[in-house]
Amino acid sequence: MAENQTYYVPEQSKWPIIATVGLGVTLYGVAAIMVNGKQGESTTGAWIMFMIGAIIMAYMLFGWFGNVIKESRAGLYSPQMDRSFRWGMSWFIFSEVMFFAAFFGALFYVRVFAVPWLGGEGDRGTSNMLWEGFQSSWPLVSNPNPEAYPGPKEVISAWGLPLINTILLVTSSFTVTVAHHALKAGNRAKTKLWLALTIALALVFVFVQGYEYMHAYQDLDLTLQSGIYGSTFFMLTGFHGAHVILGSLMLIIMLVRITKGHFTADNHFGFEAAAWYWHFVDVVWLGLFVFVYIL
Amino acid sequence: MAVTGVFMSAVADTHAQDHHHGPAKGFSRWLLTTNHKDIGTMYLIFSFAMFLLGGSMAMVIRAELFQPGLQIVQPEFFNQMTTMHGLIMVFGAVMPAFVGLANWMLPLMIGAPDMALPRMNNWSFWLLPCAFLILVSTLFMEGGGPNFGWTFYAPLSTTYGPPSTTFFIFAVHIMGISSIMGAINVIATILNLRAPGMTLMKMPLFVWTWLITAFLLIAVMPVLAGVVTMMLMDINFGTSFFDASGGGDPVLFQHVFWFFGHPEVYIMILPAFGAVSHIIPAFSRKPLFGYASMVYAVGAIALLSFVVWAHHMFTVGIPIVGQLFFMYATMLIAVPTGVKVFNWVATMFRGSLTFEAPMLFAVAFVILFTIGGFSGLMLAIAPADFQYHDTYFVVAHFHYVLVPGAIFGIFASAYFWLPKWTGHMYDETLAKTHFWLSFVGMNLAFFPMHFLGLAGMPRRIPDYALQFADFNMVSSVGAFMFGATQLLFLFIVVKCIRGGKEAAAKPWDGAEGLEWTVPSPAPYHTFSTPPEVK
Repeated sequence: MAENQTYYVPEQSKWPIIATVGLGVTLYGVAAIMVNGKQGESTTGAWIMFMIGAIIMAYMLFGWFGNVIKESRAGLYSPQMDRSFRWGMSWFIFSEVMFFAAFFGALFYVRVFAVPWLGGEGDRGTSNMLWEGFQSSWPLVSNPNPEAYPGPKEVISAWGLPLINTILLVTSSFTVTVAHHALKAGNRAKTKLWLALTIALALVFVFVQGYEYMHAYQDLDLTLQSGIYGSTFFMLTGFHGAHVILGSLMLIIMLVRITKGHFTADNHFGFEAAAWYWHFVDVVWLGLFVFVYIL
Repeated sequence: MAVTGVFMSAVADTHAQDHHHGPAKGFSRWLLTTNHKDIGTMYLIFSFAMFLLGGSMAMVIRAELFQPGLQIVQPEFFNQMTTMHGLIMVFGAVMPAFVGLANWMLPLMIGAPDMALPRMNNWSFWLLPCAFLILVSTLFMEGGGPNFGWTFYAPLSTTYGPPSTTFFIFAVHIMGISSIMGAINVIATILNLRAPGMTLMKMPLFVWTWLITAFLLIAVMPVLAGVVTMMLMDINFGTSFFDASGGGDPVLFQHVFWFFGHPEVYIMILPAFGAVSHIIPAFSRKPLFGYASMVYAVGAIALLSFVVWAHHMFTVGIPIVGQLFFMYATMLIAVPTGVKVFNWVATMFRGSLTFEAPMLFAVAFVILFTIGGFSGLMLAIAPADFQYHDTYFVVAHFHYVLVPGAIFGIFASAYFWLPKWTGHMYDETLAKTHFWLSFVGMNLAFFPMHFLGLAGMPRRIPDYALQFADFNMVSSVGAFMFGATQLLFLFIVVKCIRGGKEAAAKPWDGAEGLEWTVPSPAPYHTFSTPPEVK
């Protein structure tokens, strides 16, 4: 690597501008679907726009990451460049942590302040005059105004499917670590096996989560519209689920790349980045399990 | 970061083929570029375009307020103007200007060949025009654009907002993605690409302030994304985050928003602190007084900025304990800020001062920003804030920290580094004219607002009681003067790009730092071989 100990500044690239157009078209399409749908207008054009944007984004992701992989395999990246990628991924994960912090903060605020105040407790208990007779409780199954927001019949117990999902996700964090150790030991077959196991656990998790959502919607009347419990429950678990899917995609791509022999025992940052992300998703779940399901 | 030094020496021999070519021809240079100087230039141009757009909205506001009564625009449109003026100035003018300065100057100051992640850097920039295209397009949609103030409080923005609010939300998401990627790039660059020997405590202050600003950005932009996402769900999917009838709380919106919003105001001022800490020593021909205390002060301000958010919400109905906590925490910020002001003044003390345009703007920055800081202290006093809240006093306060604070900081930086960017000296006489007209116009526009606010004139209204007429007319005259003067700035910059006296590598004899060791204009690629810092 000695002759490559320089900072690689890439040539001009078409990917960022394609990514800009792709993201702009996708999100404009999504917004148009929502706005037109709400006003009872046709959403066909907006859907077409969204699809076009999504296709551009997919093309961009393949192209841009393909480019980076090619450069990495050509040995253009020095250890210093590698550190830039590590800083980049670390701070990206930190930004994700802060995104979840906003929703956890909202959950704590409504549980500790907003709902008790509406129920007449504490410093601002006078807000009880808005809906006299409203009793504060958590999980909140009876909302201050049940006509506007009919509450859920009951909420999901922590000790059924959520416990299974906790076991699945914690185990998958363990298996991905085993895969990482195998990769560092240069044992490709073992890496593939344990990584595949991780992905399988992830997919089962997503399936169980989907089943739990169906159960909530069909049997419990626990929906996005069922007041603040449903709002915080679905936004926290939903964004987490979306991150699990994204993390699984990363791991699947890593499995493909391992099969193609892209990684060596000491040069496999792509894999490590995906593993870091996976651990982050796991830690967020533990927070969810404690604060959304158990407490 | 002792680690960085080890590998740095290895960077010395460089890719010959990558670094000895100039920019590509035509428009593709700008569209596809990975060059930090090109991207910095684009950020600065975009920022100035947005400054003029947001400024013309301010002109509409001041024209309407020139006299009492409704004469030029309808209240509904007036509300859109105040909202868009705020959003465009914060997210389109001030923030991108500092990112542009960071792109241009950070690699030059730390001796790096470019930003750490050059392609992502390009993406960060181009997302901004995309976001603002969507944001500005809402003005032409059915029901008009955002009309709920730049703080978009629920339920004004959820239950009562126009249909275009959903587009506004996605525009904010795109801006957020841009800022987060930009900030990640800045941190990776500073932590990983410093020249050998440049330890953290040898970094120029602009680098330090940007490192801390980038941390603030990564910490709070996702929170902004979170709060607009909750809005999106409340508007389109029936959640009740901000609706008390479902157990939520409109005040929750304000908490989450200001958890982002307060660090955001430091995001807009810390890089200006950094730039001024270069300019004052340069024109005082003395080293900066108290370098280490400057670094610690910026760190302290950044940390405190996370625990003061509810001082924006004293009147909304928060418990008395909360009011006391946020009042005292807010006042604590005056301590590190006082350290900085003291150090700037002490740097000038017994220096051999000259007053070229960058120094004029920097000195005005120190004085006028301090006035804005003091009015901030007045607002921090919870019981007094019950009187000031939502009056023109608040408008006066934040315009004093943002116009002669952030924007004078940007002008000072622009004049200071224009010779390095263009290779020409700007026209000093015109620049001084620009300064004095801006200085007088800005004070005329914003100083009377203090009196208006203390007398009880509420903010965000198109009409007002007769007793406020005189001060409002003075304020409008000042605003027109300030606005028109900025066209002079455009002229000065264009003139400087097209020609002028050749600039030396170090045109200011008191200036220090690596950026002055490269020729003016700075070559397309610099520091292919990192310099040694003693």
